[in-house]
Amino acid sequence: MKEFIVKNARVIDPSQDIDEIRSVMVAGGRFVESVSDKAEVIDASGKILAPGLVDMHVHLREPGQTAKESIATGTAAAAAGGFTSVMAMPNTTPPVDSPATYRLVSEIIAETANVKVYQSAAITEGRKGEKLAPLGSLKKLGVRAITDDGSCIQNVDIMRNAMIYAKMFGLFVMDHCQENTLTKSGQMHEGEWSARLGLGGWPSAAEDIIVSRDIILAHYTQSHIHLQHISSALSVDIIRAAKKRGISVSAEATPHHLAFTDEALKDYDSNYKMCPPLRTRADADALAEGVIDGTIEVIATDHAPHTSTEKDMPFDQTPFGITGFETAFSVCHEILVRSGKITMPKLIRLMSTRPAELLNINAGTLKPGTPADFVLIDEDAEYVYSHPVSRSENSPWLNKKLKARVVETYLDGKRIFKAE
Amino acid sequence: MAASQAMFAGRFLWPQYEASQTANIRRKKIDKNGAMGSLGESGMISKEFLTDVSWNRKDLTCIEDLSLREINEVFALADIFKTSLKEDGSKLPYLKGKTVVNLFFEPSTRTRTAFEMAAHKLGADVISVAAASSSSVKGETFKDTAKNIEALMSDMIIVRHSSSGAAKYLAERLRIPVINAGDGAHAHPTQALLDTFTMRERFGGDFKGKKVTILGDILFSRVARSNIHALNKLGASVTLAGPSTLVPLDFEKMGVKVCYDLAEAIRDADVVMLLRIQHERQSDTHFPSISEYANVFGLSRQREGLLKENAIIMHPGPINRGVELDSYLADSGRSVILNQVTNGVAVRMAVMKLCMDAALRGK
Repeated sequence: MKEFIVKNARVIDPSQDIDEIRSVMVAGGRFVESVSDKAEVIDASGKILAPGLVDMHVHLREPGQTAKESIATGTAAAAAGGFTSVMAMPNTTPPVDSPATYRLVSEIIAETANVKVYQSAAITEGRKGEKLAPLGSLKKLGVRAITDDGSCIQNVDIMRNAMIYAKMFGLFVMDHCQENTLTKSGQMHEGEWSARLGLGGWPSAAEDIIVSRDIILAHYTQSHIHLQHISSALSVDIIRAAKKRGISVSAEATPHHLAFTDEALKDYDSNYKMCPPLRTRADADALAEGVIDGTIEVIATDHAPHTSTEKDMPFDQTPFGITGFETAFSVCHEILVRSGKITMPKLIRLMSTRPAELLNINAGTLKPGTPADFVLIDEDAEYVYSHPVSRSENSPWLNKKLKARVVETYLDGKRIFKAE
Repeated sequence: MAASQAMFAGRFLWPQYEASQTANIRRKKIDKNGAMGSLGESGMISKEFLTDVSWNRKDLTCIEDLSLREINEVFALADIFKTSLKEDGSKLPYLKGKTVVNLFFEPSTRTRTAFEMAAHKLGADVISVAAASSSSVKGETFKDTAKNIEALMSDMIIVRHSSSGAAKYLAERLRIPVINAGDGAHAHPTQALLDTFTMRERFGGDFKGKKVTILGDILFSRVARSNIHALNKLGASVTLAGPSTLVPLDFEKMGVKVCYDLAEAIRDADVVMLLRIQHERQSDTHFPSISEYANVFGLSRQREGLLKENAIIMHPGPINRGVELDSYLADSGRSVILNQVTNGVAVRMAVMKLCMDAALRGK
C-alpha cells in the first residue's frame, strides 16, 4: 500500500473551508489522516494543492467520432488540464440513449479512460426530442445525469414529462437551452457583428426563452434543472431571480464565454465558433457577475474537439465547438482570480467542489477516506499552449501564452500528469 | 517631355480628386504596345501612376480593408480603362500571358461576365468553373478545389461563394491574387466600387453631403454591406430603408441611418439604390407577401414625385420589375442601372491590374 505525504503546499479545499499551508497524506489511493514513518515525502513548496478538477460538460466523441477525440485521448487531455472526473455528453454516434450503447461506452471507459468518466445519457431517443429514452433502465446501469446536449427538446410537454419521470429515479437533468426556430440559420450571436459579417444570427433570446421555460417547468414539477453553458445576460438575471424565489436551478458557464465576445469572430476564425455563441461585452460581464454572486455555480469547459479538416472550411460549413480541458484553469485563473474578481478557493469550488456536489460523486474534496484525486497548481507558471494532448487542436488559445497552470495531476493517489 | 510627365503625374495626387480632372484623363490614351509606364506624346498611364500607387494588396476581399486612397486609385485607373474601352475596344496588355480563373459556387450572369470581359480586355486568358461541374460535387473541399486550380498555374482567382468570409478564407491560403465576387451576405467589393464609381460620375467626384438611400433587403445583402463601407469612406451619408425585419437596427453601428418610412428615406436622397427582394429566401417569415412589399416599399411611379429632381436610381440587378422598382422608372432617365453594368468592366479591370501588380511586386 503506497503511502506519501505532500508537504508545504497551500492546501485549498472548499468542501472543508481549508485554505492554509499544511500537509496532505495519501495511502492506498485515498486521503488519510495519518501515514507511517515510511511514507514518501513530496515537497510542494510554492504550489497550491487542491482537489482534482471536475468538468461536468465534456465531449469525448467515442463511440463513432474518434477522428475528433477518443475516451483515451480526451481523458489524457483532461488529466493535463487537472481534471480527474468528467461527465461525458451523450451526443456520440450512436448516441448514448439505450442500455446497449451505455454498456458499450462503459466498457471502453473501463479499458481506456485516464480519468474518471461519468457517462451521461440522452433524455430522448436519438436526442430527437420526441420520445423519452429508457431512463429507468439507464439509471439501473449507473447513469447519473441526462441531457440531449447539442440539441434541446422543443416540445414543452415532453420536457415536462422528462423532468417528472427523471425525478422519480433521482436523475440529474441538464439542458442545452436553445429555441430552434430562432436559430435555424444561426452561425454567431445576433447583433452588431453578425450584421457586419453577414453571418446568420443566433439571438440571446433563443437561450433566454428556454431558460425561462425550464425554470417554469422546474417550479411546476418541483424538480431540479441544471442549465448548461449559459451565455446571455438576461438568462443570468432570470436564473438569479428564480433562485431567489427558491426554485431548484443550477447553471454553468464556460471559460470561453467568460473570456471572449462576438467581436472575436471578425476574421471568421472558426476557433471562436461554438454553441451557444460568444456574445457581447455586457453578456460576458453579466456572466462574470453571476459567477461572483453564485448565480452561476459551475465552470464547465464544454470541451468539444473537431478535426482540423472540419474546422478549416468556409465559416458556415464548420462545426460548433472548441476544446477546453488543457486551457480552462489558466484562462479562468487569468480572468477571474488574477483580475481580483474571485479568490482561488472560489475558483476551486466552481471547477471542482460544486460540480461534484451537484452530480453527487465522490470528488471535489480532500476529506480523509475519499479517493486521492488532486492537483498541484503553480500560479506563477507561464507557458505556451502549443502541443495539445487532445487529438484535436481547435482552440482559440492554441500557441498563445498562458499563465498559471496545473503542473501535476493525481488520480487515486497516482500521478497521471506532470507538466514539462 | 519631363514637364508633361510631371504634369500628368500631378493629376493623380491622391486622395484629393477633382472632377475637372476627369475630362483631362479622358483625352489621354493608353499605350497599346504595352510597356507599363512608357509615356508617349498623347499620354498614357504615367510611370508615377504605376509606381506610386499605395495599393499593395494581392487580394480584394472586402471594402473594409481599403483606404480612401486605394478606392480613389481604383477610380482613377478605371477612368483610364473606361476611356480606352470607349475609344478603342481592343485589348490592353496588362494581364497578357496570365490566366484568370472564375470560380463561381453560386449562379451569376452579370458579375461573372463582367469579370470575364475585364480579364479579356486586359489580355488574360479566362477559364470559368461553375460549382455544378467542379469536384465539389464529389465531396472535394473548397480549399482543395482552389489549391488545385492554383497548382494548375493559374494567376488569379475570382471567387463567388455562398459562405460569408469565403473569399478571405481563400486569400489567406493561396499565393495568387483572390478577388471576391461575392461571399454570402458579407461583401461584394467590386460591386460597391462600380456603384460608387457610377455615383462619382454623377457627383463630379465629391461625395461630401451626398445622401445615398439603400432600399430593400439589407440583412441578406452583401451589396448593401460593401456599399455602406465604401460610401462611409468616401464621405457620403447612407440611409438604409426597408421592412424592419430585413433592416435591423444593428446596422446603425456601422455608421448609417436606419429609416422605416419610405417617403422620408428617399425624399432628399441623391441616389436611391434598390436591392432585389429575394422572395425565394425571405418571404417565409420576414414580410407578408410580395404584393405587400411592393405596396409599402416598392419604388412606384407615383413615388417618383418624392424624389429630388436630379436623384438617380441604381440597382445591382437582377431587377424584379414591378416589385422593388417600377418598370418605367427602371428604363427612365433617372436610371443608371446599365451604366453600372458598363462601369463594372472598367472597375474590375482596375482591380485586377492593381492586385496582379501587387502580387508580382510581392514575389
